[in-house]
Amino acid sequence: MLFLIIKRILLGFITLFIVSIITFVGTEVLPGDACTTYLERQAFGEQLEACYRRLGLNVPAYERYVSWALNAIQGDFGYSLSGEMPIKDVLGPRIKNSLVLASAAIFIGIPIALILGIITALWRDKLPDVAISTVTIFAMTIPEFISATLLILIIAIWLEWLPGIVIVPTDVSFLELLPNIILPVVAIAMIMTAHMARMVRSSVIQVMASEYVQMAILKGVPYWKMVFKHVLPNALLPAINVVALTIAWLLGGVVVTEVVFNYPGLGRLVIESISNRDLPTVQALAIILASIYVSINLLADLLTLMLNPRLKTLQIRK
Amino acid sequence: MMTDIIQKVKNLSIGFRSKKGDEILILKNISTNIKKGETVGIVGESGSGKSTLALAMMGYVKHGLYTIGGECQFNSSNLLKMKSKDLEKIRGRKIAMIPQNAGQALTPNLKIGYQIDEALQLHSDLDEREREKKISELLNKVRLPSPETIALRYPHELSGGQQQRVAVAMALAGTPDLLLLDEPTTGLDVTTQAHVLELLNFIAKDTGTSMVYVSHDLGAIAQVSDRIIVMYSGEIVLEGPSRDILKKPIHPYTYGLLKSIPKLSLAGLPESMPGSQPQPGTIQGGCSFFDRCNFSDDNCKNNSPKLEFLKDLNTSVRCFNYEKLVNENEVSQTVNKIKNKSLDKEILNLSEVSISYAKQKLLDQIFNRISDENPTVKDINIDIKKGETIALVGESGSGKSTILKSIAGLLRTKDGLIRFDEKRNLSSDLKERDPNDLRIIQLIFQNPDESLNPNHTVEEIIAQPLKLYFGLKGEELKKNIIDLLQKVRLGEFYMSRYPRQLSGGEKQRVAVARAFAAKPDIILCDEVTSALDVSVQAAVLNLLQQLKEDFGTTYIFVSHDLAVVRAISDRVAVLYQGRLCEVGPSNDVYKFPSHPYTEVLLGAVLEPDPDIKPKLVAEDIVEERPPEKGCSFQGRCSRIVGDICKKEIPPWQLTDSGNAIRCHIPIKELQKQQF
Repeated sequence: MLFLIIKRILLGFITLFIVSIITFVGTEVLPGDACTTYLERQAFGEQLEACYRRLGLNVPAYERYVSWALNAIQGDFGYSLSGEMPIKDVLGPRIKNSLVLASAAIFIGIPIALILGIITALWRDKLPDVAISTVTIFAMTIPEFISATLLILIIAIWLEWLPGIVIVPTDVSFLELLPNIILPVVAIAMIMTAHMARMVRSSVIQVMASEYVQMAILKGVPYWKMVFKHVLPNALLPAINVVALTIAWLLGGVVVTEVVFNYPGLGRLVIESISNRDLPTVQALAIILASIYVSINLLADLLTLMLNPRLKTLQIRK
Repeated sequence: MMTDIIQKVKNLSIGFRSKKGDEILILKNISTNIKKGETVGIVGESGSGKSTLALAMMGYVKHGLYTIGGECQFNSSNLLKMKSKDLEKIRGRKIAMIPQNAGQALTPNLKIGYQIDEALQLHSDLDEREREKKISELLNKVRLPSPETIALRYPHELSGGQQQRVAVAMALAGTPDLLLLDEPTTGLDVTTQAHVLELLNFIAKDTGTSMVYVSHDLGAIAQVSDRIIVMYSGEIVLEGPSRDILKKPIHPYTYGLLKSIPKLSLAGLPESMPGSQPQPGTIQGGCSFFDRCNFSDDNCKNNSPKLEFLKDLNTSVRCFNYEKLVNENEVSQTVNKIKNKSLDKEILNLSEVSISYAKQKLLDQIFNRISDENPTVKDINIDIKKGETIALVGESGSGKSTILKSIAGLLRTKDGLIRFDEKRNLSSDLKERDPNDLRIIQLIFQNPDESLNPNHTVEEIIAQPLKLYFGLKGEELKKNIIDLLQKVRLGEFYMSRYPRQLSGGEKQRVAVARAFAAKPDIILCDEVTSALDVSVQAAVLNLLQQLKEDFGTTYIFVSHDLAVVRAISDRVAVLYQGRLCEVGPSNDVYKFPSHPYTEVLLGAVLEPDPDIKPKLVAEDIVEERPPEKGCSFQGRCSRIVGDICKKEIPPWQLTDSGNAIRCHIPIKELQKQQF
């Protein structure tokens, strides 16, 4: 078991290493570089040379990669071009904001998704299922920029209950941020919950049709005891990986929603730094998003491994 | 005497609605009584409605089906109309179920002990300590070793036989009055099956519980039941005392069925029944067995017979012409003897073949070798003659399918040589074989549902090898396909059909046609009849035999069913844990003296005859891997002679008839012990 965990962690690092090389090479291959972007029309002669020296761009690419990677491991991603401030200072509040948004969506969305999924499965083809399933399909199919815009129109403009877009400084305190995040959270949670509820529904239905559930019924196990003991533990195992992917997707910045609501999270930073050709920040973001995906998936795999007796004993024996 | 009846099924009809809105019946007007203390066998092929009937006896109707009429009475209340609260008190306590596939019927995330405890909590007043004791008692009763440790295991950590025993223990926890058994031994190895049946018989006697035993296997039914109900497309066609039904069946279906089962005592292919059971909803009136019946007349075509009770025979029968059968003698089996041609040309030779599933470590991958001291299959030496049928038999894990895979090139050998026609080396795997090497060996798989591509028509399926190996096109291709279809007794109109539109037997025929399309020299048959119904099995076996005689093909036939092997093969090789135990002409292998393992296998075969009881010679332990040293069968052998069996690999000994047995006990001595 321990061996397996170590192996998976090592594999995770290798993935990150490959991602870092790809992003580094990618930014190298693109025409132009930080200095030409920064100096614009003055990008020639003495000034360009000076800029190269200042940013350390005059040494070979692999040397720059090594020093960049070594610093990145320590959390130092260099300087952002646009704001001329350390990238880690730019990233810090953005990560915090994205975390706030993601966790709010997770804490509201996942329980609702589970409950809806289970209800629709247990009352399959009956009224509760038909009603909820119709709504979830609806929620799934409306693109988020439309639902977000509609939310702004109805809640913020017509009813004037909540602010429509977020116009607070990036490093605002949590309490001040709170009223601003309600609409974005609703917009994100709608899609996420609908997806997950449908996944849970089909998983529960599959387990309900299994021979061991039929056996439990024929054994005289009361309905709800059967649901909680025989159905849910087996039905929710496969949900773990989907939940993990959703969390990673949320943390990675829900780009469209953040842009619509002008929310200062990671997703909007990605858009901004790409349009500003702020390559060092793009590099840093790529690495950070990759690490989020890798670590959350690793956690989900380990959790599945721990909860599934079949895999657990298999691994121990081998 | 009403009091003696424990479950009364009255005019029960269950069905579903088709997409067109028609009502389609799975069970048609079934009436029967189950008496206290008796064991009733319900027998029928897949789709006959037998499982639906058994489940209805617990008041359970599967999702999608519904009760159309009639009732299942238990203690004079109708289970099918009962509220689920009241059903929960009867299920598991009064009526318990032992499921077909215990591996799937035990909840995977709950420990064995908990699952039995759950039944005890629900259906007894015992406190925690008493329950704990009871769990051990129950596990002991079903003869599981060390109950305390078994209780702490998860279902997947037990073998198939052990899982089935746990299911029995779970059913017994509520001390039910009626036990329903739905194919409880199907899918188990022959020896395990015989042991589980013996246990069930013991429990029936010991507890006086009534049993309803549902199975497609007349052999198993014969061992347990007092009374037999035969079902055919949702109807009871014959019901009566077990011995009469098995010895003198007076319904044409049962008569044909018994004739089509291969028997151990008879070499040769049994007579086959034409056609297959009609799909629910396709019968247009008239007797449902009309199409396949040898005794039918015009009356049968237009009118459907009623179930008629014959007082002097104590039997109910649904047939207009049963009298024709009353005067028939006991089911006498006529077999088509296999003609043995002179076999001298060697076609395939396996020498010193070992096969390993061990994962290649990095170093091994670099040197392209397999290092495994104790490979799954070892020391296989067989030479196969052109035109013979050689059978590999053994329980699951005996390596029989592994050897097939290696011959087919799906698995490379670790050591040894596989040679075709004395010169071509086939020890390598698929990637290194040229197209002609691939063509000469074809495979037919166990389950045609999985081996035929569901998105291809029959035409496309059979066209593939013709295009690939012979480059046929257009009219010529079509002519060849029609030709092949006719060879497997399927009409031209099958070309445009998809596998899902075919019955099990028809699918397997298509698979056979595909194999023959390549004009192979050798066909590997991997349990080709085990997924088929009994009445269809004989037809497929006859077809294979016919094709072999026409084309001179060599068959390597893998099966766990010794009676089927007896019917079709010229020579038999018995395997245990990937090592050969006995090789010889099938006539001699089925006669004593035998290798102790062959003896165990032969003893465990169930025949559809209440007078032939299985002989249980060895324990049904499951060994995970072959022993490192000595005889492969040492762990289970009842004739073990001492340390020599554990230390030295036994020598090959020849009997007078040319049968080779690998055992430390001298042939003469074996002969004495086994008679």
